[in-house]
Amino acid sequence: MSMRQSLLAAAAIALGLMSAIVSVRAQEVVLTNVSYDPTRELYKALNEAFAREWQAKHNQKVTVRVSHGGSGKQARSVIDGLEADVVTLALAGDIDAIAREGKRLPENWQSRLPNNASPYTSTIVFVVRKGNPKAIKDWPDLAKQGVSVVTPNPKTSGGARWNYLAAWAYELDRSKGDQAAARKFVEAIYRNVPVLDSGARGSTTTFAQRAVGDVFISWENEAFLIQQEFGADKFDIVVPPFSILAEPPVSLVDVVVDKRGTRPVAQAYLDFLYSPAAQRIIARNFYRPSKPEAADPADLARFPKLKLVTIDEVFGGWTKAQAEHFADGAVFDQIYKPAGKTATR
Amino acid sequence: MRNDVLTESPIVRWTLLALAVGFLALFLVLPLLAVFAEALRRGPETFLKAFADPDTQAAIRLTLLVAAIAVPLNLVFGISAAWAVAKFEFPGKSLLVTLIDLPFSVSPVVSGLVYVLLFGAKGLLGPVMDDWDFKIIFAVPGIVLATIFVTFPFIARELIPLMQEQGTAEEEAALTLGASGFRTFLTVTLPNVRWALLYGVLLCNARAMGEFGAVSVVSGHIRGLTNTMPLQVEILYNEYDFVGAFAVATLLAGLALVTLGAKSLLEWRYGDGLARAHRH
Repeated sequence: MSMRQSLLAAAAIALGLMSAIVSVRAQEVVLTNVSYDPTRELYKALNEAFAREWQAKHNQKVTVRVSHGGSGKQARSVIDGLEADVVTLALAGDIDAIAREGKRLPENWQSRLPNNASPYTSTIVFVVRKGNPKAIKDWPDLAKQGVSVVTPNPKTSGGARWNYLAAWAYELDRSKGDQAAARKFVEAIYRNVPVLDSGARGSTTTFAQRAVGDVFISWENEAFLIQQEFGADKFDIVVPPFSILAEPPVSLVDVVVDKRGTRPVAQAYLDFLYSPAAQRIIARNFYRPSKPEAADPADLARFPKLKLVTIDEVFGGWTKAQAEHFADGAVFDQIYKPAGKTATR
Repeated sequence: MRNDVLTESPIVRWTLLALAVGFLALFLVLPLLAVFAEALRRGPETFLKAFADPDTQAAIRLTLLVAAIAVPLNLVFGISAAWAVAKFEFPGKSLLVTLIDLPFSVSPVVSGLVYVLLFGAKGLLGPVMDDWDFKIIFAVPGIVLATIFVTFPFIARELIPLMQEQGTAEEEAALTLGASGFRTFLTVTLPNVRWALLYGVLLCNARAMGEFGAVSVVSGHIRGLTNTMPLQVEILYNEYDFVGAFAVATLLAGLALVTLGAKSLLEWRYGDGLARAHRH
């Protein structure tokens, strides 16, 4: 058909232009890092530092391009063919999906780097409006009637899945292992959620810019960033005594680096994340470094101490948690009903 | 000029008028002013600095490139389709007209998703594209395809009613007088539809540069590489760079204003030809 041919011709013209642009920069290496939502500022700083180090060591220019979005959405794009040399997502389950469904990296990817392949960790805290008018102190306050809670959609956002699991783990701990009570508790919290954005950054904007909600369940790093961007006079951070240890992992995408011949530089990039220089940047950007000894003590002092449980302890790992809670028709689908409607079971 | 057929009292008329003007002011003029106000909030220097960002420059270049490919192609498709529909009889003609309208009725997200399903790594043609090492999705070709899809009806839709109304008499006369088919097209058909064509191109271009949904699905959002202007606005906004976001938005708003201005100029100057196109 002539239309199909014309479409292909258009694509060919575009590709020609693209390759012309690319060939001009042949001596330069370009890596693509597909990341999750709140790491924009972090990787901006890390990429500049890495480019400087690589230039000094190998006298070669390296540019790290980034793409940010909800962690699950980003994983989906990589499975669909988004050419990422490295992925730095919010949770292991999303990189597992790339290994399992996309076959783009080996299933043992998490054992290839230290600390479960997580160069930094974080946790889940609450952001409230200045003065904490609804007196939010701990997880049960989120389930109270009349409190409006902002959190992203666990289907597409990694942070949102940590939020959900932290609430579940809290009630499980309090009720000494009563799964039915945990389910009821989480259901009560989601009854208070007026809107689910697809990524953590969207929820931040909803809460901070559009002034929706009384409390925002947030990554700790994002909570600090909100105070920095919007002013500490507008928001307070409330750290509950109990939360979950969020481990956002990183990995090479083997199929892509082998095809593009970028394995050495991509590997060096991931190793760099564990280096003292990078760990300092990580702590400065409000992520908890995996090697705290390398970070500035003043930065470390900002992280409050609280009881943190891991997903392996409480939920038996991501594969299990994903299947039980977030798969189609699983617990989240059963309990979430948009605000205003009563949940039916 | 007063229309004596109208029997409504002046109060009703003025209320209706005030309602319409108020509505326009509230929902169109005010937001537009807000875009410019927000962009210039920290002074013209910060405003201009937003355009020094290499990623923003790349987004502007990509948007221009995509429009430069999509609009001429749709010009050719639009003229061919309108010509076929208006001047020939063939089986399945009404089906073709319906198909041309399809992008209007399909959600842009779906328009993007079909290309992911078709050309994505797990899609129908994905493995073939991979063997050829030809990237469509999450690269410029995919963005161009999605843009062509959503802007497809604009030119054809402007031309079809006009060409149908004009009929085939003039062309038949030209052919009888011995003109070749191509010459007939250039000297008879094209001059008859030129203003509608220009109008269609303007609308097509505005949409091509402004498309968000379909492009967002196939873009992959790689900064400096696959972000168009509307996507860059979203990114800057989400990074708390409100001045930057609105600065880029003023370019898009400016584009809309230019389109609107050119459209009004065309209608004022060549109203008859255009009015004929819209009577159907």
